[in-house]
Amino acid sequence: MGLNLRDASFEGWRRENGRMGVRNHVIILPVDDLSNAAAEAVANNIKGALAIPHAYGRLQFGADLDLHFRTLIGTGTNPNVAGVIVIGIEPGWTGKIVEGIAKSGKPVEGFAIEQNGDINTIASASRAAYRLVKHASKLKKTKAPLVELWVSTKCGESDTTSGLASCPTVGNSYDKLWANGNTLVFGETSEITGGEHLVAARCKTPAIRDQFMAMFDRYQRVIEANKTNDLSDSQPTKGNIEGGLTTIEEKALGNITKIGKKCTVDGVLDKAEVPTHSGLWFMDSSSAAAEMVTLCAASGFAVHTFPTGQGNVIGNPILPVIKLTANPRTQRTMSEHIDVDVTGLLQKQMNMDEAGEALLDCILRTADGELTAAELLGHREFSLTRLYESA
Amino acid sequence: MQIHFVVHDEGDSVGVVVVEGLKAGTRLNGWIMDQDKMMEFDAKSDIPIGHKLAIRPIAKGDTIMKYGTDIGRAVADIGAGEHLHVHNVKTKRW
Repeated sequence: MGLNLRDASFEGWRRENGRMGVRNHVIILPVDDLSNAAAEAVANNIKGALAIPHAYGRLQFGADLDLHFRTLIGTGTNPNVAGVIVIGIEPGWTGKIVEGIAKSGKPVEGFAIEQNGDINTIASASRAAYRLVKHASKLKKTKAPLVELWVSTKCGESDTTSGLASCPTVGNSYDKLWANGNTLVFGETSEITGGEHLVAARCKTPAIRDQFMAMFDRYQRVIEANKTNDLSDSQPTKGNIEGGLTTIEEKALGNITKIGKKCTVDGVLDKAEVPTHSGLWFMDSSSAAAEMVTLCAASGFAVHTFPTGQGNVIGNPILPVIKLTANPRTQRTMSEHIDVDVTGLLQKQMNMDEAGEALLDCILRTADGELTAAELLGHREFSLTRLYESA
Repeated sequence: MQIHFVVHDEGDSVGVVVVEGLKAGTRLNGWIMDQDKMMEFDAKSDIPIGHKLAIRPIAKGDTIMKYGTDIGRAVADIGAGEHLHVHNVKTKRW
């Protein structure tokens, strides 16, 4: 093999803000839970439009509300999205999200239900969605160098094979992408517990190390304040324990092999913040799969890599999720969910460089338009992170 | 040759079973990844795929090493070749 990343390229869509996307979705984005029905009706009327229903958006305040807006605006701004219809119960917050997405130069229109009702709103929004899907269907793909592809990672339903093989496979590809100048992210703050000193040692500067440790310590305080036991019913999860992981420390040490051996941590992000330069970023985030992947999409990442041990089935509405496993039982029983089979690593039938290149090859194919297992199976998990109770 | 268990680092206390249906008494081939060495062992328990066996005798209170790093403490004595999991090892955190 010997993939030359400098010469590697993919064909995607160049968006108004210059970013390259690898999917061409028109999304119908509800501001709040009340607007899900109208959003789904519009997506049902106009073929090729994709509704992204979710559970929140009412009476949030402060940092929790900021995160809600940042996540929805980031989702609409993601380069895998060609155009957006925003539907909210009232015009104020609807307009705020429309305005945020419009800064990217992308076509976006907002509709509010109050004083219109669902039926009139659905009719108006459907006409707008019709125009946006027509517009998106006319956009031509262009070629771009691999360096323009933003790649995220998060593992799930991990077991001991994750730390032995599938997470280090992502690490191997991250080392290569990082050297190539790509923009990368990892996170899962609580699942670094026991390996935080190893991540801290990889931070590029003392200032970044301090920022990382402040995020890590804050998350530990949340756990300390709310725990009722040693978290052994939650971290590791029941699935992790079934898969042989015994303690959070063991899980964390496997988890952090996703950042390879050479990359430095070049910056830290709050949830759903957008990177401002290339390199590897740490995002302070939940370790729950759908929450973390939703935040990666909102931060602008275009392809996601997801190692699994026991067989997580996750996808995302706009961010293609590539799943890989090294567990031969998972590969045998759940192969329809797995995009890259690295079981050979545990029998010395493939080495880590070969596994990393197999993943990079899949990343490039996915960027070129090949559908992932999660896309084929219709997995569109979209989970908003909440910071605290509503007002 | 089939590999039955994999060890990250030769200083570790544990190996991970990577085959299904492992029975007590089986002679096991282990691969130490970081040093690329092989070792042999007898399984003392039935151990599911993905679960760990002790590759040396461990006393109650001992620190368990994996990836060359502390992953928790033994809450019971564990014999070499025995199943090592949540029944005999606990986190030192939280």
